[in-house]
Amino acid sequence: MKLFAPLKLMIVDDSNIIRRRIERSQQIDRLQFVGSAANGVEALALFERTDPDVVTMDLTMPEMDGVECVERIVARKPAIRILVVSALADKATAVEAIARGANGFLCKPFTDRQLNDALAELLQDG
Amino acid sequence: MLNEAEIRTFLDSVVHYFEVSARQPVAVGVPYLVTTGVPPVHDYTGVIAISGKRHGTVCFTAPRSMLMVLLMRMNESDTSEENMRDLVGEVANTISGNARRDFGKDFSISVPSIVEASAGPLAMSDEARPVVIPLNWRSHSARLIVCLS
Repeated sequence: MKLFAPLKLMIVDDSNIIRRRIERSQQIDRLQFVGSAANGVEALALFERTDPDVVTMDLTMPEMDGVECVERIVARKPAIRILVVSALADKATAVEAIARGANGFLCKPFTDRQLNDALAELLQDG
Repeated sequence: MLNEAEIRTFLDSVVHYFEVSARQPVAVGVPYLVTTGVPPVHDYTGVIAISGKRHGTVCFTAPRSMLMVLLMRMNESDTSEENMRDLVGEVANTISGNARRDFGKDFSISVPSIVEASAGPLAMSDEARPVVIPLNWRSHSARLIVCLS
């Protein structure tokens, strides 16, 4: 018997390696991968098609950056949980991402354990 | 021009990257200033353009052989040319982004562009001299090239 309903996971990063890494490394039973996008524009289109519950979001991307994408997604679905996964290590960037609607921040590079801890914390908060 | 503390920032970023992503330390050589011409590059170079309070580029250049092993250390089974290009850009992006811990939010970084050695020497700003940080990892040589005015 499953105690919790599955949650749909969308991964957004302009690096194919990072997208594959997150998909491969995440070990949260509740999370069900529904797709990945390489920039904010692709992410919004994928969001409309798949209605994810959880998103990992890079910030520095072509077409549309992660901060704008976070804001647009949260406007459509306020209950969504977004973990920003970015190399931008200054405190101001993390604060801004949270202010725009993200729920957590994980700095690159990260270990598998750090990724899973951050995702678990994200779901706990929800 | 970079001062000693700023060079240390990039040095720490690159050491941290290899510790976490490759789970094996990288050996860092003595950084040096390039006084004439442009530094030589390896097979692939990830280039990050810097704007805001500083201007210039941060480049990570590495041979194909090193990128292939690095991908494998990251449990990535796809060691295609496309993923090697992706990786060299991601390393440059991560090191530059991590440097904002010290440089602050006004140190704006671009998305990576990838240059292959066959394209010839790197285009660098005339306003600053590049600093090269030599790297050695599992017998492979690579370089971090930072050119900021």
